Amino acid sequence: MNALITTALLGVVLMFTGLFVKNKQQIKYIAILGALLAFVANIVDLQTISGGGSKVLFGMLEVSHFSILFNAIAIGATLLYFILCGSAFEKVGEHVADYFALIFFILAGITMTGAFSNLLILFISIEILSIPQYILAGADKQNLKSNEASLKYFLMGSFSTGILLMGIALIYGATGTFNVTEMALGTGELNPMALIGITLLGFALSFKVSAAPFHFWTPDVYDGSPTVFTAFMATVVKAAGFIAFLRLFHVTFNGGNMSSHWQLVLAIITAATLIIGNFTAVFQISVKRMLAYSSIAQAGFMLFGVISLNQLAVQGIMLYAIAYSVGTIGIFAILLKMKDYTFDGFNGLAKKQPFVACVATIFLMSLAGIPLTAGFFAKYLVLSAAIQQGNLLWLVIIAVLCAAVSAYYYFRVIIAMYFKQGDANVENVTPGFKVALFVTAAIVIILGIFPGLLLQLI
Amino acid sequence: MPIQYYIFLSIALFCIGIMGVLMRRNAIIIFMCIEMMLNAVNLLLVSFSKMWADAGRVDAGSAQIFVFFIMVVAAAEVAVGLAIIVMMYRNSHSVDVNLLSRLKN
Repeated sequence: MNALITTALLGVVLMFTGLFVKNKQQIKYIAILGALLAFVANIVDLQTISGGGSKVLFGMLEVSHFSILFNAIAIGATLLYFILCGSAFEKVGEHVADYFALIFFILAGITMTGAFSNLLILFISIEILSIPQYILAGADKQNLKSNEASLKYFLMGSFSTGILLMGIALIYGATGTFNVTEMALGTGELNPMALIGITLLGFALSFKVSAAPFHFWTPDVYDGSPTVFTAFMATVVKAAGFIAFLRLFHVTFNGGNMSSHWQLVLAIITAATLIIGNFTAVFQISVKRMLAYSSIAQAGFMLFGVISLNQLAVQGIMLYAIAYSVGTIGIFAILLKMKDYTFDGFNGLAKKQPFVACVATIFLMSLAGIPLTAGFFAKYLVLSAAIQQGNLLWLVIIAVLCAAVSAYYYFRVIIAMYFKQGDANVENVTPGFKVALFVTAAIVIILGIFPGLLLQLI
Repeated sequence: MPIQYYIFLSIALFCIGIMGVLMRRNAIIIFMCIEMMLNAVNLLLVSFSKMWADAGRVDAGSAQIFVFFIMVVAAAEVAVGLAIIVMMYRNSHSVDVNLLSRLKN
């Protein structure tokens, strides 16, 4: 609740900052301070909850350990993002303060995804985190690719909103309430109207998290948007989509034999996402586009958390959110320093910038799920949650095979950096940037060795 | 009037909207079709609200409040969406969604 208020207010503050502060570096520092403030305010919320969680705003939101931990992950990842990529904002356009303000508004939406206890708040939070993204995708106004990304994202996003709303309306028709806990869909006979509603909600949320076959907008949007905003859209926002997905399906559409109705559909979506994401990523020549497909592939792994209805899945998706967000933000921060986004652009980076290449290797290994990095335990937890759930073994086998495929395209970058001759064109790397990269890599390694540090918090 | 009439009308409007989004190439018309989908949902929510109120639920008005939220969000979306379409028109002098995929290559 505190996090929601602070992030929304900070958005307004940052908009006015653009009027009074002309120095772009100073705006960045104000945004970093603001993110720190939001982080602290979110932690302070821990005092207000008692037991499982406390309802606020007339029962519209439920503040719990789950929501506070996810807010901490999202705001913390945004803080890292501001520190690592904040300087790149001014390359996109003049209105740096507005971009920061929009990101704070997105964060305000994100803080509600883990806490909603009413379908109205689900809808509002998904819209709050989507609409600023349409603007950010088109921030590079003169660039046709950016225009296309923005238009495509906008049309697809509002289309999926329409489907989401139809789902909510049909569920309301069947149950007579918007409250996710009062619905009790699991008890008694299931109304066909509710079943259609659940399917539509599942499809709409798959759209938002870019799961196949609803992923077709993702590569164009992520590739066309300014790189610095792709880094945010593909990480924190996507993780928030999954948290909303998980909360809705674990809390509302659970109990009785409810889950048998949607589990198979989601399992097929997961398999398709894994296969399409990984196999298409192999054929890319641009690292940015490869990362767009990799985000689809990682979405497939995160969907395991939604399908498996147990505590292990919740822990897994939390660890996955942080491992994936931090790793991808790190690799995007390095990509932003490159002049050439193709794989060949990375040739010989290790000779020129040994430290940057080493850190990039850590991030890529985490994304591929190599042991001793956070990505390994994240994949391990979501997959073991699926095994614990039972009857999903076939899906786990597909996932493991796809993880092996993913190693190929992540390691292509590492091979280009270390074993290929070339003249990688890098912008000057400041010592401050190196320290920030070091901290980011340290988070990845520490969570890879002691995942319990995070997991005990749930 | 029975509730089924309203449900069928809403579903029909919604499906016309979906078909429009999938088949038309003009960005403005796609946008109008999306608005039609949202309004179909509004109609459905209001009729469900009436249905549950007749069934004796005291909180049936919440669906009508939901409709107001949808209207507000749709207005915000219009503001952003039209700006995006204008931005695209300035650069390419067309609102055809297929044109962009051709132009960028």
